[in-house]
Amino acid sequence: MSLLLDKLNFFAKQDTGTFANGHGVTTNENRNWEDSYRKRWQYDKIVRSTHGVNCTGSCSWKIYVKGGIVTWETQQTDYPRTRPDLPNHEPRGCSRGASYSWYMYSANRVKHPLIRSRLLKLWRNERTVKSPVAAWAAIQDDPAKRADYLKVRGHGGFVRATWEEVNEIIAAANAYTAKKWGPDRVVGFSPIPAMSMISYAAGTRYLSLLGGTCMSFYDWYCDLPPASPQTWGEQTDVPESADWYNAGFLMLWGSNVPQTRTPDAHFYTEVRYKGTKSVVVCPDYSEAAKFSDLWLHPKQGTDAALAMAMGHVILREYHLDRQAKYFEDYCRKYSDMPLLVRLVKKDGKYIPERLLRASEFADNLGEENNPEWKTVALDRKSKKIVVPHGSIGFRWGEKGKWNLEERDGAGKDTDLAMSFIDKADHDEVADVAFPYFGNREHDHFAGTNHESVMVRKVPAKKVKLAEGEALVASVFDLFIANYGLDRGLDDPNSAKSYDEELPYTPTWAEKITGVPKDHIITTAREFATNAEKTNGRSMVILGAGLNHWYHMDMNYRGIINLLVMCGCVGQSGGGWSHYVGQEKLRPQTGWTALAFALDWTRPPRHMNSTSFFYAHTDQWRYETLKVDEILSPTAPDGDWDASLIDYNIRAERMGWLPSAPQLETNSLQVAKAIEESGKEAKDYIAQELKSGGLKLSCEDPDNEANWPRNLFVWRSNLLGSSGKGHEYFLRHLLGTEHGVLGKDLGEEGRQRAKEAVWHDNAPEGKLDLLVTLDFRMSTTCVYSDIVLPTATWYEKNDLNTSDMHPFIHPLSSAADPAWEARSDWEIFKGIAKSFSEVSQEVLGKEKDVVLVPILHDTAGEIAQPFDVADWKKGDIDPQPGKTMPNVVVVERDYPNIYKRFTALGPLMSKLGNGGKGISWNTEHEVDLLKGLNGEVLEDGPTKGLAKIETDIDASEVVLSLAPETNGEVAVKAWAALSEFTGRDHTHLALPKEEEKIRFRDIVAQPRKIISSPTWSGIESEHVCYNAGYTNVHELIPWRTISGRQQLYQDHLWMRAFGEGFCVYRPPIDTKGVKPVIDDKSLGRKQLVLNFITPHQKWGIHSTYTDNLLMLTLNRGGPVVWISEVDAQKADIEDNDWVEVFNINGALVARAVVSQRMKEGTIYMYHAQEKIVNTPGSELTGQRGGIHNSVTRTVTKPTHMIGGYAQQSYGFNYYGTVGSNRDEFVVVHKLEKVNWMEEPLDDSGQEAAE
Amino acid sequence: MSGFFNTLFFGIYPYIALSVMIVGTIIRYDREPYSWRAGSSQLLRRKQLVWGSVLFHVGVLIIFFGHLVGLLTPIVLFDLVGISHGAKQVLAVVVGGIAGLMAIVGAGMLIHRRLYDARVRAVSSTMDTFIICLLGFQLLLGLGTIPVSLMHLDGEEMVKFMSWAQGIFTFRGDAASYVVDASWIFKLHLFVGLTILLIFPFTRLVHMLSVPARYLWRPGYQIVRERNSTNSRHPAE
Repeated sequence: MSLLLDKLNFFAKQDTGTFANGHGVTTNENRNWEDSYRKRWQYDKIVRSTHGVNCTGSCSWKIYVKGGIVTWETQQTDYPRTRPDLPNHEPRGCSRGASYSWYMYSANRVKHPLIRSRLLKLWRNERTVKSPVAAWAAIQDDPAKRADYLKVRGHGGFVRATWEEVNEIIAAANAYTAKKWGPDRVVGFSPIPAMSMISYAAGTRYLSLLGGTCMSFYDWYCDLPPASPQTWGEQTDVPESADWYNAGFLMLWGSNVPQTRTPDAHFYTEVRYKGTKSVVVCPDYSEAAKFSDLWLHPKQGTDAALAMAMGHVILREYHLDRQAKYFEDYCRKYSDMPLLVRLVKKDGKYIPERLLRASEFADNLGEENNPEWKTVALDRKSKKIVVPHGSIGFRWGEKGKWNLEERDGAGKDTDLAMSFIDKADHDEVADVAFPYFGNREHDHFAGTNHESVMVRKVPAKKVKLAEGEALVASVFDLFIANYGLDRGLDDPNSAKSYDEELPYTPTWAEKITGVPKDHIITTAREFATNAEKTNGRSMVILGAGLNHWYHMDMNYRGIINLLVMCGCVGQSGGGWSHYVGQEKLRPQTGWTALAFALDWTRPPRHMNSTSFFYAHTDQWRYETLKVDEILSPTAPDGDWDASLIDYNIRAERMGWLPSAPQLETNSLQVAKAIEESGKEAKDYIAQELKSGGLKLSCEDPDNEANWPRNLFVWRSNLLGSSGKGHEYFLRHLLGTEHGVLGKDLGEEGRQRAKEAVWHDNAPEGKLDLLVTLDFRMSTTCVYSDIVLPTATWYEKNDLNTSDMHPFIHPLSSAADPAWEARSDWEIFKGIAKSFSEVSQEVLGKEKDVVLVPILHDTAGEIAQPFDVADWKKGDIDPQPGKTMPNVVVVERDYPNIYKRFTALGPLMSKLGNGGKGISWNTEHEVDLLKGLNGEVLEDGPTKGLAKIETDIDASEVVLSLAPETNGEVAVKAWAALSEFTGRDHTHLALPKEEEKIRFRDIVAQPRKIISSPTWSGIESEHVCYNAGYTNVHELIPWRTISGRQQLYQDHLWMRAFGEGFCVYRPPIDTKGVKPVIDDKSLGRKQLVLNFITPHQKWGIHSTYTDNLLMLTLNRGGPVVWISEVDAQKADIEDNDWVEVFNINGALVARAVVSQRMKEGTIYMYHAQEKIVNTPGSELTGQRGGIHNSVTRTVTKPTHMIGGYAQQSYGFNYYGTVGSNRDEFVVVHKLEKVNWMEEPLDDSGQEAAE
Repeated sequence: MSGFFNTLFFGIYPYIALSVMIVGTIIRYDREPYSWRAGSSQLLRRKQLVWGSVLFHVGVLIIFFGHLVGLLTPIVLFDLVGISHGAKQVLAVVVGGIAGLMAIVGAGMLIHRRLYDARVRAVSSTMDTFIICLLGFQLLLGLGTIPVSLMHLDGEEMVKFMSWAQGIFTFRGDAASYVVDASWIFKLHLFVGLTILLIFPFTRLVHMLSVPARYLWRPGYQIVRERNSTNSRHPAE
């Protein structure tokens, strides 16, 4: 009753006894106080949600709510069960996710709409007498006013504003930009739709209705392995983690499973109990290394050499000395090995040219449709050249023959020859030149002294073509020669034994990688032996450790070659398990309609971010890599002497890569001009481009007409995490204080770009407005002009999927968004509403010209079959969709953007839905949605359409339209694919035809998705999801030029850069150290180390790195890891502050001195926020720097290829990637730790101490 | 000082202060048990704490018990034992002076630490800062009375205060009249002392009621609270 009265019991006997010889007493005193501890763990409700973070975990969580406050979270354990012979998925989770609820009520939470006070003052000042767009124009048209708030970005100065006011400012800025510069100058960056699909879609739906540009992330993060589209025509498709349990031999190659795939790691542990052997390849002693039976630790960046040597062993023992039947059959059926390649002369030797096509024969070999896109092979039975099914020529323009059946175009059975090695089969032995790059000088990587051109002997055959006789060889024979394997042809450049030091023997590899050759041979043998005995159950899990190198394609293709030559791809328990940044967006085709507003206008504007940021943060102005350093000595003659940005410009011009902005002239004005001219849009644009009347923006990225003007960042920490070349972002895109230590090419007087226009003074501050939506005050927020408080992952409704497990499950709202926060869906809805009102000042219903690159998985992808022709150089006429980007005119209804945003548009009924080259009628689902979400009742352009008011409405749109969550659609989709292949695939979905997964279903329990042709694996009760499964088992071709796994890349640029076949290429020299090492040493002992940025243990990228609970688990601030030996050389002790720098900038961190590290490398776990415990750099005078302060994007021409079957552009599918591992840095001790806590002075500089 | 104010401050105010202290403390103990703590900041910074705290506490405890015994022991008891008022006055000045000096040094260190240590300051409530300052002020006043006391070495002045205090506790309506002509410094000292009692329940001073003195003589090292206790609830069972 009363705590005090309860104490007043002096007359009652309290001590009731003793024990332990009187050392203990028992009492009967009041125990009510214990209830407080019970109440601590009592709660009102549990809500299912997850973490919308860039993590493939996709774990479902129980969120505990008490008194309207989220109190804690624990792992859900109710995933649907697996089969009796397979461990279950649950529980899934890790310490990072378990700490999430800390954010919700922490000081770091963004609680109110925030705006830079200087901007708000300017705005209010103008707004008192002007209308919104005019007010914004007044600020932008005055350089002094604009500079006033630009130059203090990142230096604090936020004040609160109301939602109404910030929405109006944003809407005014967007409207002004669309009117003045063009709508494509409004740009949005958000990554990983799968982590919270509706939140992603909210922003891109708004941008797409506006005509703004949606930016890619997968390539920019360098998580996209271009080797995957090159080989398979597939962005990336991988086995789910449960399939690890089916493997018989499991390699982890540059992937740290227990640390970075924590919730899945149990399958790895379990399969080892089952007896599977595991080899881990990793330079440092990682957490994964301790799981291994054999730990291989090659020199960082030399993985391709290791893979090539393993391939050498496998080819020798399983393909040449003995032909393993399973391997040979697999390669004949599923790889390009039997296909024929033309050999042409260069410098007296032959070089492999392109794959031979049916069109080159006198009668097109009987093929009328797309003969130039049909690859050919020799049939062993008839001894004739045949056109096997499945090549891309069969995919488009005809039906029923696009499959992997062993038949030719005429329907006859075939038995393709892989090799002409038998004397009877070849006409001559050709001397074929292969490039060798392992001899290039590099200060930090060992090479060998072999010639740059290795001439090897290849059995070749003469064939009669329309234009005369030609010499051809099979891909297999060239492939073998490329690996340097002697075949009894008396070839001095090919090895007879593993002990010869010739590329690519194990002995050679030992020299390059440091891995003992015995280990290489053993691993290769065991890998192949297991695959042969189990029909391909050898698997390689690989990741960022390999993919973040400049020549990542070689690392990846080296491994893919091993998997293909052992028949592992597409087999349960085998194959290529690339797990980086790809959280599979399972209901993709249902989602694209919503996300890119395909229900209203098609096409949306997409951009590959790497090229975008390379150009617009002016990183190209500092390019140190010259093309001749990466060009192949066997490159065909051509105009190769250009800079990397020039290559990118050519690629955009030829329709290979997208552009943003697209045209120097406002696309709304161009549309008007077209209308006035009365011409067809395509003709008008082609003519004007040719005559120079119109210019592509890419040719002059520093011209103010071509700057991106408004940038939205949401669900992302662009500046604190992924922004390679951080200091260049600050300098050129934002125009604020920066720490760039080097000089640009102009200042250095070095060779500049040929095609990109050079301005002596680089622009500083291209963006008028940077708006970031976040729930936490991230580094990006700190640099923004407006920060919008968004709902946390426990305060909104959304969808979540992953590549690691087959379930779809929700984020759902456990509590209303705290303070003034709103969900992303509501925020963009609000902006759309403001925009609809504000924009009427300057915009109405407008026509907009959109340029679209030649897209993969469309009939247009077979655009440029043979040589590369540039219309600008007069090689050919500009022809939209063929030799230049396609041209489409769309209508924007600016005053009705809000109405369009909140209703499912008419194009779904009119044009249907689809993806990856197939489409189907979706009227039935549109009707379903009208029933589920209700119809719009008010008059206007949306009357009678299905509503999309709330985030749950939006979720239902995705779930209803996607084959993965609507069985009826799945059957339609498989039927659509069956028309292409001529084989019935509907059996894969028919048993689930009546299954429809709705939002409330997944709130109740995660649901396993339905098999769909969008993906190459199946959801089944008998096998785990495995990539390539339907290609192998349903004979659906890979979406490549040959329809097979493409081990030979025959595009001109691939050959020119020496990557027709996989070769070892040492890391490039970014030359970032020499210009600063002496200048900036400050007289201290220095180290030069390779800067490596792996994924970390205490965060998921930058998320959680500012979370107090996670910070307490490590050192509570930024750290770098160095080896004991290196540390000693520079007198660095554990926990010392060090400064790490090169020409790109500098960063400071504490040193972790560890035995784990390999000498010569420095690890900085990527994305440690500079907002936590980060002092200033002595060299730059700026706070910290982040890991990306010492990196710079370097693009690679082969990633720009387009218009060529699988090497055609797709959003997040192909394009330049932001590699960052080849960078070297100088490290020395930091002597003065300056916390920079002084206020800014008037000039915007941090006041001196 | 007029009679009215003298009665208000020393005849009525003591009852207000004591009532608030007693009722307030009971309510706080019952309603806000989680606020019942010493609020130590030792975890944040040890610097200055050990010396400051020990000096302060030892000094204050001596002074506290000195005042308690000195003021509330019936005068007849002193007479009975044979301690003269003069001797008692000298004892009070000597012991109180030494203890007061210890306490004031300790309080000074604690005040400095509370105001100038950023971490300690950040976690201090207004009341935390106020009460230590008030205690410091009161100690100064107490030491300030010594010169006055030295002028009254016969102890008669002290008898007035004893009569007053005992008058208050025996509900004598004219208690205030004993101090009507005392020096202003004594009056201020009395007023501040009563104020400290008044705000006692709103400060961290309540921790003095929970000094774990019983640990000194409790039997056994391990206490097991029985499950079958009649007055405890076990929602889990």
